[in-house]
Amino acid sequence: MAPAQQDRTAWLLLTPMISIMVLVTAFPLLNTLWLAFTDAGLTGQGYVWQWIGLENFAYILDDSDFRAAVGRTAYFTVISVSAEVVLGVLVALLLNQEFKGRTLVRALLILPWALPTIVNAVMWRLIYNPEYGSLNALLTQIGLLDAYRSWLGDPATAMNMVILADIWKNYPLIALIALAGLQTVPKDLYEAAIMDGANAWTRFWKITLPGIMGALSVAMVLRAIEAFKVFDIFYVMTRGGPADSTKTVSFFVYQESFTYLRAGSGAAYALTVTAMSALMIAIYVVLLVRREKRS
Amino acid sequence: MRRSLTATILVYAAVAVFAMSVLAPVAWLFVMSISTANDLTTIPLRWIPEQPDFSRYARLFSLEEGSAGLAFLSALRNSVIVAVSATAIALAAGIPAAYSFSRFSGRMPLLYAVIVTYMMPPVALILPLYKVFSALGLLNNVTSLIIVYCTILLPFVTWLMKSGFHSVPVEIEQAASIDGANLFQIMTRITLPVAAASTGAAALFALLLAWDEFFYALLYTSDTRAKTLPVAIADFAAGRATDYGLISAVGLLAALPPVLIGFFLQKSLLSGLSAGGVKG
Repeated sequence: MAPAQQDRTAWLLLTPMISIMVLVTAFPLLNTLWLAFTDAGLTGQGYVWQWIGLENFAYILDDSDFRAAVGRTAYFTVISVSAEVVLGVLVALLLNQEFKGRTLVRALLILPWALPTIVNAVMWRLIYNPEYGSLNALLTQIGLLDAYRSWLGDPATAMNMVILADIWKNYPLIALIALAGLQTVPKDLYEAAIMDGANAWTRFWKITLPGIMGALSVAMVLRAIEAFKVFDIFYVMTRGGPADSTKTVSFFVYQESFTYLRAGSGAAYALTVTAMSALMIAIYVVLLVRREKRS
Repeated sequence: MRRSLTATILVYAAVAVFAMSVLAPVAWLFVMSISTANDLTTIPLRWIPEQPDFSRYARLFSLEEGSAGLAFLSALRNSVIVAVSATAIALAAGIPAAYSFSRFSGRMPLLYAVIVTYMMPPVALILPLYKVFSALGLLNNVTSLIIVYCTILLPFVTWLMKSGFHSVPVEIEQAASIDGANLFQIMTRITLPVAAASTGAAALFALLLAWDEFFYALLYTSDTRAKTLPVAIADFAAGRATDYGLISAVGLLAALPPVLIGFFLQKSLLSGLSAGGVKG
């Protein structure tokens, strides 16, 4: 094919995808951008609105509730993603050992990953339940706890209990990726290191970790982007409570827009959240571009 | 290298702890679904129910007006319709796009733009989409969810299929071209059949993503006509006169298809995972 004709074919093949993405993503995004500079409400036909410039954003800068939500979301993201990475690598190292039934045990990693997020949230809510919960029963029966507690009803514990539920569902993914990475680390590197007298600890930091870091970093950034958007698990487990102690940024935008029905400021909050995510997304794209160049 | 006996014991002990930690929560969900409220409130807790009670599962398959079964079965229907339709659209538009990215050089910034929109928090889009659907009378309608899910599935399928097409040798396409096949024939008769495995994997991943989606479904649906399973489950869990056994039964049934697909996908899982199939 001639270059011009090639170019035409390439664009032609892209047309369905581009049309859909422009209609369902680009157009709404631009609309959100415009809304953020207005005082529009959500109810009624169309918008009744007035241009108010940067007023919404000025308000956000001053909003200590929103700052607290950002702090909580950052806490959730950092704690759950780092725990997932540490646990994921440890479990990958374990499942990389030789033992009977290894294939079957490795397949167990699929279960939490494939369990729908909402089912995971419901499951842990039932486990934590103050009256029925198996966690209370377990802890009292082995003598670690005197009386049943309301794990999700106490602002001091609610956030960390949700994080625990999130870790259980998401670390197996990191473990799967790390496990695949481990298969690509050349065996003779270890043999050479043992000859040189390197102990297991040194071998892990000098050979194993550098060997799986590439795949791991992509997975880590991806998890962080997802964790920052978190909504489902909190909606089911705590509804942002108690006393707002688990209200994350997505929850904040959701309430501003669909509970208080303020489209203008809701859009401004949404854009602020998007801008924060953009930083992590940029890191992800850089990693992808680098990987693409290598292959 | 031989392992010492102590090391072997440690490995098996750690593996046992790992297996328990994965299985116990799900096993507990099953126990709850067949326990009576009485069994569950007893202190100390009865871990195995005295008399297994499967009545919740029976209730979930009844179609009486206003029953839990009706809510569950209509949500199941809606989830299937939405997931299958959105996946079909995503494949129809994503396959040619992926082919274009894979076979014609250039346009990479466009590909990254598509990935960026996939990563973008949905809060950036919810308000305008809500307004549009409301104006078109599409709120509380599976059509609106099918449309919205394209924003998630289409970039994902495009990205996954692009690497799938990369593994198809260009030479066999050139041979067909010399024999006079046109581009459409090459794509449908040669490239796609050769890349069948990755096409299948992309389709299953897309189904899983759609099955799991909650945020849009919560915002844009309001009753049995359009609510999907995740929303129905959240409803069950939020109800005041809650039957915990029933919630557990619904959760287990809703988890069954994705878990089965997950085990089936095990082999192609990793390519999908690194392409970003990790919503949640």
